[in-house]
Amino acid sequence: MKTDPAGVLTGTHYFDGDWACGEGAMAAGCRFVAGYPITPSTEVVERISGRFPTMGGTFIQMEDELGSMAAVVGAAWTGTKCMTVTSGPGFSLMMENIGLGAMMETPCVVVNVQRGGPSTGLPTMTGQADIMQARWGSHGDYELISLSPQSPQEAFDLVIEAFNLSELYRVPVMFMMDECVGHMTEKVIIPPAEEIEIVQRKLSDKSPEEYLPYDFEGKEIPEIIRAGDGYRFHTTGLTHDKRGYPVMSAECQEFNVRHLVDKIRQNADDIVRYDEEQIDGADVVVIAYGITARVTRMAIDMAREKGVKVGFMRLIVVWPFPEKRIRELAGNVKGFVVPEINYGQVVLEVERCAAGKSTTVGVPHGGGGVHDPEVILEAIMGAAQ
Amino acid sequence: MKFWRKPLDYDKVSVPHGTVTIIKDRCKGCGFCVEYCPKDVLVMSEGFNKKGYHPPEVVKEGECVNCNLCEMICPDFAIFSVAIPEDEAPENEEEASEEGELDDED
Amino acid sequence: MSNVKQKVRAEEAEHPIAPYLRMDRIPHIWCPTCGIGTVVKCYATALEEAEVDLDKTAIISGIGCTGRVAGYMKLDAFHTTHGRAIPFGTGLKLGRPELNVTVFSGDGDLVGIGGNHFIHAARRNIDLLVILVNNFIYAMTGGQNAPTTPLVARSSTMPFGNYEAPFNIPNLAKCCGATYVARWTCLHIRRVTKAFREALGKKGFRVIEVITPCATLYSRLNKLGTGLDLMKFYHDEADICHGADTRDVEIDFQSRIVCGKFVDEEKPTFSERREEHYRNKLGDDFVGMPSEGGWLHE
Repeated sequence: MKTDPAGVLTGTHYFDGDWACGEGAMAAGCRFVAGYPITPSTEVVERISGRFPTMGGTFIQMEDELGSMAAVVGAAWTGTKCMTVTSGPGFSLMMENIGLGAMMETPCVVVNVQRGGPSTGLPTMTGQADIMQARWGSHGDYELISLSPQSPQEAFDLVIEAFNLSELYRVPVMFMMDECVGHMTEKVIIPPAEEIEIVQRKLSDKSPEEYLPYDFEGKEIPEIIRAGDGYRFHTTGLTHDKRGYPVMSAECQEFNVRHLVDKIRQNADDIVRYDEEQIDGADVVVIAYGITARVTRMAIDMAREKGVKVGFMRLIVVWPFPEKRIRELAGNVKGFVVPEINYGQVVLEVERCAAGKSTTVGVPHGGGGVHDPEVILEAIMGAAQ
Repeated sequence: MKFWRKPLDYDKVSVPHGTVTIIKDRCKGCGFCVEYCPKDVLVMSEGFNKKGYHPPEVVKEGECVNCNLCEMICPDFAIFSVAIPEDEAPENEEEASEEGELDDED
Repeated sequence: MSNVKQKVRAEEAEHPIAPYLRMDRIPHIWCPTCGIGTVVKCYATALEEAEVDLDKTAIISGIGCTGRVAGYMKLDAFHTTHGRAIPFGTGLKLGRPELNVTVFSGDGDLVGIGGNHFIHAARRNIDLLVILVNNFIYAMTGGQNAPTTPLVARSSTMPFGNYEAPFNIPNLAKCCGATYVARWTCLHIRRVTKAFREALGKKGFRVIEVITPCATLYSRLNKLGTGLDLMKFYHDEADICHGADTRDVEIDFQSRIVCGKFVDEEKPTFSERREEHYRNKLGDDFVGMPSEGGWLHE
């Protein structure tokens, strides 16, 4: 359906990625944000806190990130679209209730404008080292969705996509920006509201007597409802049966957690999204995401000038990982080159999918800056040998 | 109790009556109801319920005044009292005089 | 004949609390002589007496023995993570302002791990009824020291007695801005029910502390007998002192427990203050959160 015009600031703007992300959230219909200030993400909530009072939204600055994420999961159960925004140290604190959100199958969006870590690390400088945390950060088994934008325009466009995916699959979606994209100011075009397609939450039309909160048999995603409509349902972070009642058994764990994992894994083909350039006949494929994808382009041009056939794959959805596509490419290309602003995270996934059929070369960077294209070029030349 | 005098409107007040229902198998034998029943209607029974606890039993049938205290204090939702309609209840006057006697004996 | 009839009636009859509980989950998990069930009964009775719209009432618990309450109440019920019931409830209340939200959890959950949320929700005066069941110990995990364990009481992590000063919960709540603060023991069934009923009809951050016996851990570790013995202790040692200065209501080991209603005042809630402020600043441009929730519908 079309979105609510109240949240859409149609026009051509000059925004940084953080503001663009905030505008995207409002355009997607987000009307509740709980957050705690943290560099370099704070501009997102600053933008939202100024705009929400004129569109029927509520922003609350919570006492910490534990509370922010808990409030977001709570508010999501009222049917209101919700989001929270943070960076590395706050992302660590949110993991507790991201797990709760996953277990309760709660649609919401978590924005992480990544900075250098670990711990307080580099508050004002970029990093991409939380990307595995987005996948594995909370304890236990679950699958989530993560997106990574490369520009302010994409921060706007993709955060709407993040809301849509969270509604479709009833999961918290991790929106993994990085400081460079967050603080980069560029042209952002916001289309008219009637051109923005959003997925509206479809509340179950079953009666309270026949409704079961986690009855997903016959369909992949259980029907959702919200508090205050007379269903008097129960939901819990404990392993639960289809009534949402805790049941402590291996059988119920299999029923419950298998579903959390399968609903994403079995729909991975629909969720996975990436851009490809000149992959056909390439000897080397460079795989990158976020700001690194932009830096990589120069290195690719330089390599092509030297006569190397280089393809480029940019991950837009990082999790679930485009395993199928990389397995197809493995064996057909000599090598994969994976630059990222960490000491090797997504490269391990690529290596796993390459399964020894192609070499995989990581180009690590500790954070605080972006790669020098020469370094990536060197890795491409090495992989082409 | 001995020092109590009958209120002046004693004859006009009708003492309510209740029936106590015990959901035996839900009881965990805490004894709260037995301890706090103001009319001592209940005692712990000798028998067991299916979980091995001694549930209470009613020993003074007809003396329950439907104060609901047992119902309110029971942590296991295992006991409650229901008012007996006036016409089904034991005669109030008889009851009152009996109670008066009991008080005197105390 | 009449006896037979009565017997049939007794077996078929359902407890009056049944409409408020998920009867398919009863019997509950609480130990014999635990008082939490009594507090639940008082809450259900208060809901009935206050004529609250049950379809618009949500209950949230954290973790622990009292954390199980939400799971038994037949309301929109959320059993959340440890200590996060208050922020979760904040989200629910702000996300759909027409809901009545009760946070029903234990002392360790609300003022231990969730202490920061407790004080800030009180400071902001978020419209939540907080029922804090205090058994002086972390019971579900085996009797570890709680932020409410009285000095010198034994716990499994203070085997030689507690040497940390406990929280005085009514004082904490009052100092942080709670609009209604009361303390009762679960022996005070009528007064607890009345406090719940009264608080259900008010607004703001309302805290009711209910002292309950934990026979399995607190009482066993401290050789205090059964829950019934503790109930008798409450009978002897609970003093009712409405309006007492909350600085004077701290609890020492097996000594006087001051009960009563300590605070009852009207203050604008977070949402009221926010709305008034934005109306002043933005005039007609201000759009409040719709009472049924943020933008949802075509």
